[in-house]
Amino acid sequence: MSSQSPLQSPPVAPHRSNSFLGARDLALVAAFAALIAVLGLPGTLYAFGSSVPITLQTLGVMLAGSILGWKRGALAVIVFLVLVAVGLPLLAGGRGGLAVFAGASVGYLVGWIFGAAAIGLLVQARLPRYSIWWTGLANVVGGIGVVYLLGVPVLVLKLGTGFAALASAAWFLPGDVVKVIIASAVAAGVHRAYPQMLAPLRNRRP
Amino acid sequence: MIGVYRAGNSLLHRTPAGVKLLALLVFTTLLLIFRAPVTMGVGLIVVVLAYALAAYTPVVMLQQVWPMKWIVILLFPFQWWIAGWEAAVVVVGTLVLAVAAAGLVSLTTRTTDLLAVIEWTIQPLRYVRVDPERVALLLTLTIRVVPVINNLVHDVRDARRARGMERSVRAYVTPVVIRTVGYAERLGDALVARGVDD
Repeated sequence: MSSQSPLQSPPVAPHRSNSFLGARDLALVAAFAALIAVLGLPGTLYAFGSSVPITLQTLGVMLAGSILGWKRGALAVIVFLVLVAVGLPLLAGGRGGLAVFAGASVGYLVGWIFGAAAIGLLVQARLPRYSIWWTGLANVVGGIGVVYLLGVPVLVLKLGTGFAALASAAWFLPGDVVKVIIASAVAAGVHRAYPQMLAPLRNRRP
Repeated sequence: MIGVYRAGNSLLHRTPAGVKLLALLVFTTLLLIFRAPVTMGVGLIVVVLAYALAAYTPVVMLQQVWPMKWIVILLFPFQWWIAGWEAAVVVVGTLVLAVAAAGLVSLTTRTTDLLAVIEWTIQPLRYVRVDPERVALLLTLTIRVVPVINNLVHDVRDARRARGMERSVRAYVTPVVIRTVGYAERLGDALVARGVDD
């Protein structure tokens, strides 16, 4: 599969049709929503010699924003969250259903949508120039900044204490930093393989 | 894919999904408006009765809130110490009752029925040029694609193991994402060939 040259396949043309989402965009959104789901399944990846299972679900969110751009990236996250809400146990730890959205960490889940959108916006803002450092910065701002900006206050509100919320944020921060590095490196590779994947933001000054 | 839904024939199973969702919305809103220990007592009775209406024992209800055990164990004494027992009961009660009630809706409602409610809810999006049928296609398509991407991930993992590169995260994620994009392209071609863009 990977031996196929990307040159042989037709280029990915975003927004071909008049509708809000062309068939090729639809396929990309579905595939990345599924990727976010699969990265949360148990046994997907084990760090430190298969002793510590770590979840890569937020890595999927960062990849969706970095590779698909703000619109399709945010949509992929929304599709994933809708499937979790209607009862598929796709959230890390095999969780699913409406109960997830009644819990304390719902702010983080909603934050993923805006996080992916922010990452996509930042990456697209600089296209056609693409740098791994800029993508890294975009992932720090969107994947950590925006996600925590929504996640932490909701947690404070739900738990009635700021202490526990900050402790949980500190607990997840090191892993998220590692995911930013992985996402940026992987997104750079994908953009090299599929340069037409992502369109620059429309120029407002013609 | 096995969802959260559990088959049954109780009154709650037969209630339309939209009605249950609306009831859940009203219930959680009331919990947030009337923040008092009495509300939590009434709410607990309502939730236990609702589980009984679905022919579930309190054990099933406990299973639904079990993932929150650590939050409750740590949060309750902490809140009691900081803000008194009333605040502790309200904060923990709101959380546990909302999760239990939401869990009950998921237990008694088929995934397809909930998808139908979503399809119905997004009909007004037509006016902002979002095609509800296309959204429905996207959702069902993704359910079908999850096992495909899962197989693809396992293939990459086996290949990585065969090459003795088990520790490299990049040697794992990069091929997974490249193959995911490749699959999406072929899927897009198939959709175009079936006239989805026409």
